[in-house]
Amino acid sequence: MSLTTPSEPGPPPAPEPAPSAGGAANGLSNDAPPRPPFAQDWRRIARMGAIGAIGQIFISLSNMPVKLDGRAIIEGVLSLGYLSLVVLPLAAGSRVGHQLRREGVPFHRPGAHEVIGGAACGALVGGGLSLLAVLIANFDLREPLVNWSPILAELLAFNRGTAFAVIIWLAIGAAVGAAGGLLRVVPSLARRVLWTMVLTLFGSAVLESLTTDLAEGMGIEGLVDWFYAPRGGLTITGAIALAAGSGVLAFVARGRIKGAKARIDALEGPARNRAHLGLILATAAVLVILPMFAGKLTNELLANVGLFVLLALGLNIVVGLAGILDLGYVAFFAVGSYSAAVLTAATSPKIHPELPWFVALIGVVLLTGLVGLFIGAPVIRMRGDYLAIVTLGFGEIIRLLFLSDWLSGWFGGSQGITNIPGAEIFGLAEVAGTDPRSVFYLVLAFCAIAIYVSWRLERSRIGRAWMAVREDETVAEAMGINTVNVKLLAFVVGAVLGSFSGAIFSAKVGSVFPASFLILVSIVILVVVIFGGMGNIVGVIAGSAVLIGVLGGPKQPGLLAEFSEFKLLIYGALLVWMMLARPEGLIPSVRRTRELHQEELAQDAWLRGQTEDDNGEDQS
Amino acid sequence: MSTAAQQPILETRGLGVDFGGLKALDGLDLAVYPGEIVSVIGPNGAGKTTLFNAITATVAASEGDIRFEGESLIGLDPNRVTSRGIARTFQNVRLFANMTVLENVMVSQHCRTRQSVFGALLFTKAFRDEEAEITERGKEVLSFFGHRLVGYRFDQPAYTLSYANRRRLEIARAMATQPKLILLDEPVAGMNPTESAELTGLIGRLRDEWGFAIVVIEHDMEVVREVSDRVVVLDHGVKIAEGDYADVAVDPQVIEAYLGHGATA
Ligand SMILES: Nc1ncnc2c1ncn2[C@@H]1O[C@H](COP(=O)(O)OP(=O)(O)O)[C@@H](O)[C@H]1O
Ligand SMILES: [Mg+2]
Repeated sequence: MSLTTPSEPGPPPAPEPAPSAGGAANGLSNDAPPRPPFAQDWRRIARMGAIGAIGQIFISLSNMPVKLDGRAIIEGVLSLGYLSLVVLPLAAGSRVGHQLRREGVPFHRPGAHEVIGGAACGALVGGGLSLLAVLIANFDLREPLVNWSPILAELLAFNRGTAFAVIIWLAIGAAVGAAGGLLRVVPSLARRVLWTMVLTLFGSAVLESLTTDLAEGMGIEGLVDWFYAPRGGLTITGAIALAAGSGVLAFVARGRIKGAKARIDALEGPARNRAHLGLILATAAVLVILPMFAGKLTNELLANVGLFVLLALGLNIVVGLAGILDLGYVAFFAVGSYSAAVLTAATSPKIHPELPWFVALIGVVLLTGLVGLFIGAPVIRMRGDYLAIVTLGFGEIIRLLFLSDWLSGWFGGSQGITNIPGAEIFGLAEVAGTDPRSVFYLVLAFCAIAIYVSWRLERSRIGRAWMAVREDETVAEAMGINTVNVKLLAFVVGAVLGSFSGAIFSAKVGSVFPASFLILVSIVILVVVIFGGMGNIVGVIAGSAVLIGVLGGPKQPGLLAEFSEFKLLIYGALLVWMMLARPEGLIPSVRRTRELHQEELAQDAWLRGQTEDDNGEDQS
Repeated sequence: MSTAAQQPILETRGLGVDFGGLKALDGLDLAVYPGEIVSVIGPNGAGKTTLFNAITATVAASEGDIRFEGESLIGLDPNRVTSRGIARTFQNVRLFANMTVLENVMVSQHCRTRQSVFGALLFTKAFRDEEAEITERGKEVLSFFGHRLVGYRFDQPAYTLSYANRRRLEIARAMATQPKLILLDEPVAGMNPTESAELTGLIGRLRDEWGFAIVVIEHDMEVVREVSDRVVVLDHGVKIAEGDYADVAVDPQVIEAYLGHGATA
């Protein structure tokens, strides 16, 4: 009788699977029959549709569709530009069918109702573009809105006139919205298979340059050429093959990946350590071997990602572990870069000891540590918002000092310091910007150091003290923790890790200018940490890979180089979405998840612990 | 317990705390002797918690002196006071909610341990020994409360604990700082009669087995009668009576203070 039974009640991942939660939830909530198809909550649909339509118009007028149209996802079928116009109808269509599964509130089995609601909402969202097409045809608003152009009109109309645009966007919106609604209806396995297919297609299109580059390095470009069209994007046959292949894989692997992970997590003591060590070694092997086959551009990209991983790991200690919201972290990146430049470059204006890079590194660490102490000492006594604002100020002060006339005798003012030699590694290898592969290896080594430092410190007396300070500073102080010292230590450790990144950066680029150290860098690193998962090493790395690798850093292009001018817009959108949907980040730390979902988890635990505690009381 | 010949472990002389004109404590003289359990009672707002805050340097004393083992605590930071040997609990339980039960009692040994960044990074023998010792002592103080905070509970975040267990963990956390004097701020508030009777027994054992001197703020007169060697009564920041439970309970000024405030005693 039942068509589908939604197997998973809610999205937020519980860190510890509550053994009874699933059963209890099903037992407690009342499943209701599907709603009649046309008895919709029209106000909700209208509201969401209107928001989506405004979003569509905004995206169009930001010129994203036109700019991104050049980048094909699937040859002749879908470009990144058009993709940017179907995301919102899909999301809105799916969102409209969302119901909270709550105790005592009937949960309607999804069905035609959700599909029709999704279609209606999607049509409204798509209608935003129809409206825009009509407006562009009749009014000229190019004066304030620079992208109010015939090019946009043509793109919206597929070169077939305004009437076509009106109809087609209503239709596309409805179809995509219906698909979004359908996602609620299909069983969770089908949903997972579908998502895997979509992500595989999108992922392989995004990774095109990387894949082809690697394939060339390995001499198997013939294979890859079959998937990618000569002018970019997946070929249709390639897309079909990839979708089918990944779909089959997802179907076969259903539950197995989670199962394997659960098995590893369930291991105890040495066996677990061995499993983790195995995973780490395998990852390290891939990271060491891959670049050998990769070309210059790929290695350049990897090196950039690595530099940001290093920065993010450092900031993670400050923000994620000790809970100090540092908005001026770029200061340490800058001090690291400049001190390395002064110590190694012959062209350094004032003093030029021309030390070898590794020797200079000692000086870099000492100097940055000192600056960390110097900035940290006054800052650390503040709390919360005040602290954040003051760090923001210090970050800017450091940059202005490097820019100033007063110190230009030392650091060259706006001219910066140029002709910085590469890093020589004990006469074995020369690391320079001209050889991104060696830069990547150097970055990799320092990332390994930073990961080790974060990992060991978190599991030490110091790490626990940081957590206590983050939880409740007053109580931490009353429990005998010298909060000033402990926070200062976090600040300095973070500063030193950041300075490594700076020292490698100056050797890689060969020059340093104040303009490389804008506030934007601080913000980007912070976004990476938040997006990836604050307090979690793997999360921070994943965050850098996705944001810096795909979208690009403040000045560094990512895989989707077309995004460069929309980077900040997308960063912001991602951040907002993340805060709403998954505030603990991409790969959360168990602790952060606890903090953010404390009430829910406490309730679960309470429900579970109830009987147990009563027994305990009786025994005593 | 208290012998006049003995030197008090804690002594306040003319202690005053001023909150912008409001005298929360005024000219308070108080002495606590080693191995003694002193109860501080008084109506709400009498200044009891403020007394604890002043001793632990959470609020600054505006006049008078606080001496611990003969040395003044005035001007010290809270963490220095704790490392001198005074630990406390909070009236409104303030655990490190997202840290595990075991981590809560490990982190409060901070001022008794030395290993820093280099030990942790190089994973030295000294570091490993100290970690083992911290864990060991943590488990020891937790086992003081029977089966409630041990076993699988070690690794549970503190917020999952029941209310009574949170209060117990707060005491364990204070014990782990290896104090000589423990300040308990309404330790049985919110507990049911069975639980509070049990905790009353534990307070006695804290003194007998662990050798702590204890100052306890308590509203439950049953508990006060049970545990105290001496009772100090505060009202409006002033000490209005001091002595055995039996004497204090019939003191007209004390009865007046409670009845006058309409509070139940
Ligand atoms: N931080 C503070 N700032 C201002 N007034 C305070 C502060 N802490 C306590 N007080 C006031 O001091 C008085 C004594 O409070 P308290 O010591 O908490 O009483 P209790 O005996 O109930 O523990 C109360 O009137 C309270 O309002
Ligand atoms: Mg109080």
